[in-house]
Amino acid sequence: VPHTLAEKILLAHAEVDELSPGDIVMVRVDTVMANDVSGPVAFRQMEKIGASRVFDPSRVVMVADHFVPAKDARSAALQKRLKDWATDQGVAFYDQGRGGIEHMVLAEDGWIVPGEVIVGGDSHTCTYGALGAFGSGLGSTDIAAALANGEFWQPVPATIRVRFDGEKRGFVSGKDLILAVIAEIGVAGATNAVLEFVGEGSRSLTIDERMAVANMAVEAGAETGLFAADELTRAYLADRVTREWSAMASDEDAEIAREIVIDLDGLGPLVAAPHSPGNVMALADAAGTPVEQVYIGNCANGTMTDLRQAAAVLRGRSVHPRSRVVVVPATQAIYREAMREGLLEVFAAAGAMVSTPTCGACFGGGMGVPAAGETAVTTTNRNFKGRMGSPDARVYLANAYAAAAAAVAGELIDPGELIEAPA
Amino acid sequence: MRLSGRAVLVGSDNVDTDVLYPGSFLNIEDPELMSPHLFEGLDPGLRDELGPDTILVVGENFGTGSSREHVPLAMKASGVSCLVGKSFARIFRRNCLNLGLPLVDCPAAVARCATRSDVVVDLDGGVVVVDGDSFEIAPMPDFMRKMVDAGGLIPWLRSEAAS
Repeated sequence: VPHTLAEKILLAHAEVDELSPGDIVMVRVDTVMANDVSGPVAFRQMEKIGASRVFDPSRVVMVADHFVPAKDARSAALQKRLKDWATDQGVAFYDQGRGGIEHMVLAEDGWIVPGEVIVGGDSHTCTYGALGAFGSGLGSTDIAAALANGEFWQPVPATIRVRFDGEKRGFVSGKDLILAVIAEIGVAGATNAVLEFVGEGSRSLTIDERMAVANMAVEAGAETGLFAADELTRAYLADRVTREWSAMASDEDAEIAREIVIDLDGLGPLVAAPHSPGNVMALADAAGTPVEQVYIGNCANGTMTDLRQAAAVLRGRSVHPRSRVVVVPATQAIYREAMREGLLEVFAAAGAMVSTPTCGACFGGGMGVPAAGETAVTTTNRNFKGRMGSPDARVYLANAYAAAAAAVAGELIDPGELIEAPA
Repeated sequence: MRLSGRAVLVGSDNVDTDVLYPGSFLNIEDPELMSPHLFEGLDPGLRDELGPDTILVVGENFGTGSSREHVPLAMKASGVSCLVGKSFARIFRRNCLNLGLPLVDCPAAVARCATRSDVVVDLDGGVVVVDGDSFEIAPMPDFMRKMVDAGGLIPWLRSEAAS
């Protein structure tokens, strides 16, 4: 029977001979991840299960990233709870200042290889699909069960094939590709399905760009997003993992629910206007919108790719008096690489604030909350009403070129007004 | 399983977990302390309408966004016994079922509901009754039904381990 990539991965992790969309199966996990928000709630639930130890400490990883550095005593207590639990269980723990934002940390530190199943107590666990792994974002009770038993229940998803034709150009980045997908199918368009990204335009994306795309699969309602592993994936993992893995792909005649085609040759930079990731429009159509805050960071857009794009715009320029800028390298490793490359100097010289890796203002957790009545342009993944802390702030999602250009102009503009488009 | 109660309407579509329970309160880990922040970004006044017989009636793609289990934990702690919706977002649906909070997809029943409507959700009979009018619902998949009957994922796991 021909199978999709998602079905093949699930089949290799379930005690069944066959499966098809709609079946509910128990799926073995390769890695369980949680953070300072989802972890402590999960630990309480795990106690209720009656499990005192995790199923396999070598397959569990905890990351302090949401309320770091702690903004108040309650957040500090959460950090302490996470650290104490991880120490007691003998599981991997990325403490404050040692790791960074969970999904980027796990990818860069070799926790993820193609064909694996990772469950995470965070909805953006779908980011791991950039490496051909099935990342499933779950709530704390699911995580508790996975910590205790090493498995979770999963309805077998249908597959929506997203074909990127042509080649992206100019100021287009991974963010624009996934916004184009959400514009096409809607914020619930991939419910009960995975998004599988294929086509020449897909293979030409860097791993950083694939992360940006897979990261927002959940914003289309998907179970997860997937790129089949290729030579680029192999090169990315070469220095990061020693364990064996083999590349899997969907069978050509596998049954899919739907195919959509995005023509990259005709794609320009996009934004998602307030208050939905589905409220997508051309950057050009939002030009002239005054901007008080720019935020460059999040679990898939604080990469070196994003920081280099932002620096290309900000180098030798100043942040507009109307605006302020927060730059958040996603991990400690990226922070140091950006420092060595001189990017942090570029940001600081332009008048931007550079933050330690944190989820921070992306979800209104601190480190850059906009005021009521203000407009923010961010490279993050959600612009729901109140997402960044104030229900009366407006958030535009955009790529790093567009965000940095808005910082210089004090309003949304075409980055081409400031710098030449990359070749 | 048969649940009856009074409708509390959360009208719009795509209500996300950020408005249902804003991120700034995610540093709370005790469910009892979560309920005062439910609906904070949507309509805090809705909290006053919740009681032990509340059935939440919601729109399309309800609970979209974050995996924060704080939302259904706070709903349970506030007395919500069931949700009837046009449709639900993936992780929110999982979280409710895992906590033993049943939810059913029934757009026609949602359209019929008014504030304080009498609502009966009959999972065995496969109907939702709103002020006397019946609407059919698709049977809940067997696995989910067993979990809901057991009271959620944790009691279900415990009963599986015992048998």
